[in-house]
Amino acid sequence: MSGQDVWILGTYMTKFGRHNDVDLIDLAAEAAMGALRDGGVTIHDMDVLGAGSLFNAQAGVGQQLQKQIGQTGIPVYNVANACATGATALRTVYLSIRAGEADMGLAVGVEQMGKGGLLGAAGKGDRGRTVYEPKGRYGSVMQVEGLLGTGLMPGVFAQAGMEYAYEHDGVGFEQFAKVAEKNHAHSTLNPLAHYQKQFSLEEIMNAEMMAYPNTLLMCCPNTDGAAAVVLVGEEKLRTLSADQQRRAVKISASVLTTDPWTERAQVQPDVNTLTRNAAKQAYETAGVDPQDLDLVELHDCFATAELIHYDNLMLCEPGGAGKFIDERGPWRDGAIPVNVSGGLISKGHPIGATGIANIYEVSTHLRGEAGDRQIEGAKVGLTHVIGLGSACAVHILEKGAA
Amino acid sequence: MGKQIPIVDYLVLDDGEPHLVAWESVDSGALYFDRRNADAKSGGTEFRRRRLATTGVVRSFTIVHRTVPGIPAPYVSALVDLDGGGSVKANLVNVEPDPDHVKLGMPVRLTTFTAGTDDDGTEAIAFAFEPAN
Repeated sequence: MSGQDVWILGTYMTKFGRHNDVDLIDLAAEAAMGALRDGGVTIHDMDVLGAGSLFNAQAGVGQQLQKQIGQTGIPVYNVANACATGATALRTVYLSIRAGEADMGLAVGVEQMGKGGLLGAAGKGDRGRTVYEPKGRYGSVMQVEGLLGTGLMPGVFAQAGMEYAYEHDGVGFEQFAKVAEKNHAHSTLNPLAHYQKQFSLEEIMNAEMMAYPNTLLMCCPNTDGAAAVVLVGEEKLRTLSADQQRRAVKISASVLTTDPWTERAQVQPDVNTLTRNAAKQAYETAGVDPQDLDLVELHDCFATAELIHYDNLMLCEPGGAGKFIDERGPWRDGAIPVNVSGGLISKGHPIGATGIANIYEVSTHLRGEAGDRQIEGAKVGLTHVIGLGSACAVHILEKGAA
Repeated sequence: MGKQIPIVDYLVLDDGEPHLVAWESVDSGALYFDRRNADAKSGGTEFRRRRLATTGVVRSFTIVHRTVPGIPAPYVSALVDLDGGGSVKANLVNVEPDPDHVKLGMPVRLTTFTAGTDDDGTEAIAFAFEPAN
């Protein structure tokens, strides 16, 4: 493959949480300016801007952001790609550098979720006279949510987890709950997480049931926040200061996949195949083995999702995800620490920001700048996001050799 | 009895016992419940209607406690692998909605229920699955 290596020069994430006192562009601006400052560069050094925001995809967030932080006339790509929106914004910048169009670029992901409620189903009130008439590609005469199973997110991911439990031994409610126990515990070390509260396994299992086996404490909250990265090409990086070069983090693989056709994915999203495909491609490109990873930030929108991704990302033996969590493999002192940030479950999931916030987290550890939650001596890390539809992004990051 | 209409067009009520039908790609045999412009597996554009079995096994389920207004909860949503091919999502009924009674791999059969009645008195008939033994 052609193109030069691409490095992360600067990165920043806002505090995740409820930000009712600022607007979407305030959050994006804080992240963007933070990442530029962190990289020791300015908006005038940027050749391209990628802006990701799912719920404001038509709003021209990139251009709105330029009006607050600097209008320099560079190309802007506003992207929306489900929960992989932020990662896709990053990839537009990455590809521009690889293609030789840009030396440096800025990617920003931002979302204001508010109190979003349950995502996944269109609520439609009855208005006026009702006469049943088949509509759409399924010829349905009414909203079918709750009548023909569930398409709401907690249930969809519960079904994904229970499918794994059907196919593999040693996986049940308790194993799924242990994932949330870990991520809530990890979040207590992350001041930027939406929540920083530890819960016992019993508290998690006895919390309000949303969609068995996912209780409320096993679901990610609706969160506001933003994250940004400045990317730079290898050649340009070598012209920068020794300190900038020392702190730069190498992107050893950047992969985006969608669903290949699979038989069973027609009624229930298959979150496994595209993740496996992305992971395989990323390991191969980076020349990295899963066992080389010092930390992983993966897409734990629900506890059931994290468990199956242990297997999809090949962090455990095939079929061994239950055993992996039982043996505390993904805890911060385990074999492969997973979601030391607290994950989506506790850090929060501002959709457009998520796929850059995980890059922020891993980069910060690789630079040795993660403070109390630092994974000592971290050299290689992996990030993963998946959005239904589907889109999956996997990045492998490595500490710079300099 | 008033008029009835299936809740979705892949449920057939007027040809023997209620059953599901799928669009089967002539090329690849892939099955779809919705209308497709082409087969997502092979790209082929020829489809035929295929009648699916009314029995199968529960491949996965969730017990939904928080749902949309108007839907009684808790209820069971299940993914069912039909005998002879086809995979479908539906509610599981006539079983206690708790993990002691709903089991992965349990055999189930198709049943129907009235999902609503419109202002002309037409009943919308939905399908679900129930334990087969």
